[in-house]
Amino acid sequence: MWNNIECAPKEEIEALQLRRLKETARRVYHLVPFYRERFDEAGIKPGEIKSLEDLKRLPFTTKQDLRSHYPFGLFTVPMDQVVRIHSSSGTTGKPTVVGYTRHDMEVWKEVMARTMSMADVGPGDVCNNAYGYGLFTGGLGFHYGAEKVGAAVVPASGGFTKRQLLLMKDFGATVLCSTPSFALHMAEVARDEGYDPRSDFNLRVGFFGAEPASQGLRDALSDAWDILYIEAYGLSEIIGPGVAAGCPHGNLHVFEDHFIPEVIDPDTGEVLPYGEEGELVFTTVTKQALPIIRYRTRDITRLHQEPCPCGRTMVFMDSVKGRSDDMLIVNGVNVFPSQVEHVLTKMEGITPNYVIIVDKKGVLDKLEVWVEVDENIFADGLGALEELKRRLQNEMLNELYINVRVKLVEPKTLERSMGKAKRIIDKREAEGM
Amino acid sequence: MANKFAVKQLSIFLENRRGRLLEVTKTLMDARINIRALSMAESAEFGILRLVVNNPEKARTALSSGGFTIREQDVFAVEVDDEPGGFYGVVKILAESDINIDYTYAFVGESKKAVLIFKVPEELLPKAVSAIEQGGIRLVEPIFFYS
Repeated sequence: MWNNIECAPKEEIEALQLRRLKETARRVYHLVPFYRERFDEAGIKPGEIKSLEDLKRLPFTTKQDLRSHYPFGLFTVPMDQVVRIHSSSGTTGKPTVVGYTRHDMEVWKEVMARTMSMADVGPGDVCNNAYGYGLFTGGLGFHYGAEKVGAAVVPASGGFTKRQLLLMKDFGATVLCSTPSFALHMAEVARDEGYDPRSDFNLRVGFFGAEPASQGLRDALSDAWDILYIEAYGLSEIIGPGVAAGCPHGNLHVFEDHFIPEVIDPDTGEVLPYGEEGELVFTTVTKQALPIIRYRTRDITRLHQEPCPCGRTMVFMDSVKGRSDDMLIVNGVNVFPSQVEHVLTKMEGITPNYVIIVDKKGVLDKLEVWVEVDENIFADGLGALEELKRRLQNEMLNELYINVRVKLVEPKTLERSMGKAKRIIDKREAEGM
Repeated sequence: MANKFAVKQLSIFLENRRGRLLEVTKTLMDARINIRALSMAESAEFGILRLVVNNPEKARTALSSGGFTIREQDVFAVEVDDEPGGFYGVVKILAESDINIDYTYAFVGESKKAVLIFKVPEELLPKAVSAIEQGGIRLVEPIFFYS
């Protein structure tokens, strides 16, 4: 265990949370007009927070609120205090921007060190980090965590599977950080290359996150590499990876001294008791650059406070199975139907009917967009249609950062229900993803 | 203004799916449309069926209400002798006039004649037609198809 607070008595953690919550509420109320307005509308002043029970009186913050204040409108520090900026891939509108002060970076390293310590990663370990480096928080988050605990980090990033396998083998990597789908893909490629992933590599543990993974996929991964599967949960709006991490007993503990979780009824906003399923909400209580009050993650889960055999007293959550809106996670990348629609509209000046189909090809997700060819886009020539298809595919790659296969279909091919087209067919769901 | 030799051709977008051609042809039969000339272009996923019919307006209405995506375009037709070099003579004139042929198809006409249908870029159709005329090749009037 990295920090004794993780197994501190409940009262101690709650006292810490309350003190930090009060500070954070004061901070946002006095420094961000948006929060002051929302607090005033809700009829609560920071000084009125007397117990953790009062948290439910505070207003929610949504992704839309972050977008509306693009880029730095919700920051509580001047830019000369900000040492890092990350950004999520945007939907049709603006991307979501998050900032970190030096202190925030320390918090991030701390929670990532706790994550790595779930499997006692430390000096002597070689950590192959296959999360993408860049604006995405995954790559750098794991990088700092592994460094903080003293492991040797190999910043492999995504892709270049064969080379990555070679380095993992030759460097004797003991730790793999990756999306589940990429790790499974690597195992397949390893076998194709004539390796036995179970015995030809020195891996003992993998840290997997950034996309939902069914129990079947976890077991398959554990088995394919003969490693311990540790789940990592996070989102950039809260800090990136490091919001919660799975212990060796498989319980996904939330680092609640930094991020207070709640589960609410997504329709009414009412807080639900432990054990009930609803939308996960986080309040950050130690962040400076971008503290966030009751952020609606749209992730559906349950919280539990039963004692865990690992000794941690922090609450744990179920693995996230789905989002409460229509966002898709395709090979770890967020995709919104509105992005697809945006490309179609931008390219043709009209919005043809379309449907998004997500499926698995081997272990990787594949995304197809079926576009109805109506009179507006029907060019009388195979070349012109093939060209249209190519342009749409290229533009979607630019916009969504993933490869999309566009298929041109006849009108009325796509199912419409109650006048509204069904936009997404997620065939992965059948496999429990 | 439409050229007097412009023949209305209907292009129909078809997915490569079993039974689609059957549905198109049945729709036309039910509307009592006679197909005078046709050609089919296909890629791996989809195809385009091009038709010259006896009543383009009626065909268009029938196909539209049948849910097909259609595009109406102007093509022109010429009649040549059904013998070696017939096609060559027409293509040569168009090539010499610097007119690119988008596509062409043909059928055998009556008494040793062949009819060739040409699609050229829309703005080049008048130029193509007058080049053909000057080259002494007989253009087929639309009425030939529409009756």
